[in-house]
Amino acid sequence: MLQTENLTVNIGPQHPSTHGGLHVEAIFNGEIIIDSKVHLGYVHRSVEKIAETRTYPQFVPYASRLDYLASHLPTIAYCQTVEKMLGVELTPRAEYIRVIMGELSRIASHMLAIGSIAIDLGATTGLIYTFRDRERIMDMFEMTSGQRLIASYARIGGISEDLPPEFFPAIKSFIKDLPKMLQEYDDLLVGNEIMQARLKGVGLLSAEDAIAYGITGPNLRATGVAYDIRKAEPYSIYDSFDFDIPIAFNGDSWDRFVLRVEEIRESGRIIEQALAGLPEGEIKTKVPRVIRPEAGKEVYHRIESAKGELGFYIVSDGSDKPYRLHVRAPSFVNLMVLPQISKGEKLQDIIANIATLDPVLGECDR
Amino acid sequence: MENVELLFLNIAKFIFNWLQSIGLSPLWADFVMLVIKFACIAGIVTVNILILIWLERKVSGFIQQRLGPNRLGPFGIFQTVADAIKLLTKEDIIPSRTDKFIFRTAPIFFIIISLMLYIVIPFGDGMQIVDLNIGVFYFLSVGSLATIAILMAGWGSNNKWSLLGAMRSVAQMITYEIPLAFSLLGIIMIAGSLRMSDIIAAQSNVWFILLQPIAFITYFIAATAELNRGPFDMPEAEQELTAGAYTEYTGMRWALFFLAEYTNLFAVSAIAATMFFGGWQGPFLPSWLWLPIKAYLIMMIFFWIKWTFPRIRMDHLMSFSWKVLIPISLANIILTGCGIHLFRWMGWW
Repeated sequence: MLQTENLTVNIGPQHPSTHGGLHVEAIFNGEIIIDSKVHLGYVHRSVEKIAETRTYPQFVPYASRLDYLASHLPTIAYCQTVEKMLGVELTPRAEYIRVIMGELSRIASHMLAIGSIAIDLGATTGLIYTFRDRERIMDMFEMTSGQRLIASYARIGGISEDLPPEFFPAIKSFIKDLPKMLQEYDDLLVGNEIMQARLKGVGLLSAEDAIAYGITGPNLRATGVAYDIRKAEPYSIYDSFDFDIPIAFNGDSWDRFVLRVEEIRESGRIIEQALAGLPEGEIKTKVPRVIRPEAGKEVYHRIESAKGELGFYIVSDGSDKPYRLHVRAPSFVNLMVLPQISKGEKLQDIIANIATLDPVLGECDR
Repeated sequence: MENVELLFLNIAKFIFNWLQSIGLSPLWADFVMLVIKFACIAGIVTVNILILIWLERKVSGFIQQRLGPNRLGPFGIFQTVADAIKLLTKEDIIPSRTDKFIFRTAPIFFIIISLMLYIVIPFGDGMQIVDLNIGVFYFLSVGSLATIAILMAGWGSNNKWSLLGAMRSVAQMITYEIPLAFSLLGIIMIAGSLRMSDIIAAQSNVWFILLQPIAFITYFIAATAELNRGPFDMPEAEQELTAGAYTEYTGMRWALFFLAEYTNLFAVSAIAATMFFGGWQGPFLPSWLWLPIKAYLIMMIFFWIKWTFPRIRMDHLMSFSWKVLIPISLANIILTGCGIHLFRWMGWW
């Protein structure tokens, strides 16, 4: 009597395509996924708890270690939250520089996402191409903050240092070359027949499910919901820029992949405008040396990070340390939909789904 | 020129005569010659693989806009040697609860099978270990044995990833063996023989790539799948199955798999050169240089494809063979048959 048995396989935490320390427990019937479960906690560093023992300015570098692939965005989000608490207004130059850095981070993160989608599908060359271009952004980060990956550049009340003169030619040539790079990705990856066969119709996510799960960012916009916090609830100075929200309607892995390529283009547009309008002036607003927000004050502030809605919720008890700090991490929320969209698909599809959901585990495990 | 062409044949004749002069009977002399030939093959394969691995790394570096190995020796040519030494000195880990006998024999089995393919490769004019009258059939049947080695490795490892990789390998092998054989059938029909030397002789006027272009494409795709090379590297599939059937192997045992894959790569390319590109035939250069040149050019295409494409999905892989490759190769056979009859009827051939 022939019989088959379902195979429970642990994808990760030691696995090449788990983007850090992700562990997916999957039950396979042959190559078909019957069920899967996401286990987290392998890179848990208690960031939220650490925040309670650090003063407000001391937490900035910790924030940049959340989403280490777009490290400017969490620091900016954190600083904006504290500024909102204190009611501090930033100087225009600081706002502009933050926008430039934030969008550069977004481009870097999306480039890495595209590259890792490519390599998770087996196209090693795609990763090298995107890394080559991302390297230029990393060089720019090094020029401005001295750090390449986890640049703690934003400060409460502004930014740490003004842009150096060598930054401007670098970013100008980068923006100039951006369409050429995207064309290259188009030629190598987007137009690739196997790539399309692998991603189209895979990992289908409906708009209702996406909203029900609380999914944000490119993953939500791929389902046809034009929701971008930069437009929906403009923070900082995003309402003064002219840019579009690229959306797609199928909600499959392919849309999530292509959307990121399009978002790089839009971010490039924002940077171009920000560079043109960059005002002169101070980069820091005066904030008290020891920050003590009023007791009982609660603030939630959210920005559109590279992965979705990144929110910081801070409760103050009047001391120089937050009473409670909570991070609404988009990767964490986005990743939770993985079992649903992978059900009934193949082993190779779940890898593609992880890659196109683009989680960064530093943010999932806080 | 004549001497260069006959260099290896003359060496062989010299050794054979010397063996007889020291009193061996012709039968024993033949036997010793065979052993020497096998040793030569092993030597050629080893050196060839060292070059091949270096070349693939250089080519992939070129495709990916990086330098590739460039430290050890000129252009990093000794990098593979250093890697081989590293692999030899690594700890040999056999996980507990493996099927130890199968686990140990799988890599050896794999490399033996891939070396067996070299028996029928005509390296030059008259330079073939055995010119079997069923050469093509031998190549196809021995080539398909490789999957047993992968299955052994996957089963013996007692690892779920390995098992998945092994099962994929079997499915893939069964599926792609058919178009591989069918693609060569057209050539056999035209040449009227399964013997390699006859097939080469039939190409003295026109290469079969011109008569059988569809067959070449199907052969090439099926061969890529048979070789487990990207975009069909299912059993290995690093990003999905960690390293598939080879996950549990370390050091030299793993290296044997690696070597066997490159050995197969050269063998399949050499057969492709023999079947479609006139084998060792070519102007100016001696025949034993033409075959490697052609095989290396074919391998360049293998490299190029591997480093450009993503991996295809398993079910797409299967349906591609059953729904596209096999019908095309069958149609090619029918077309070839009709063509042969037409040519005969018109009296052109």
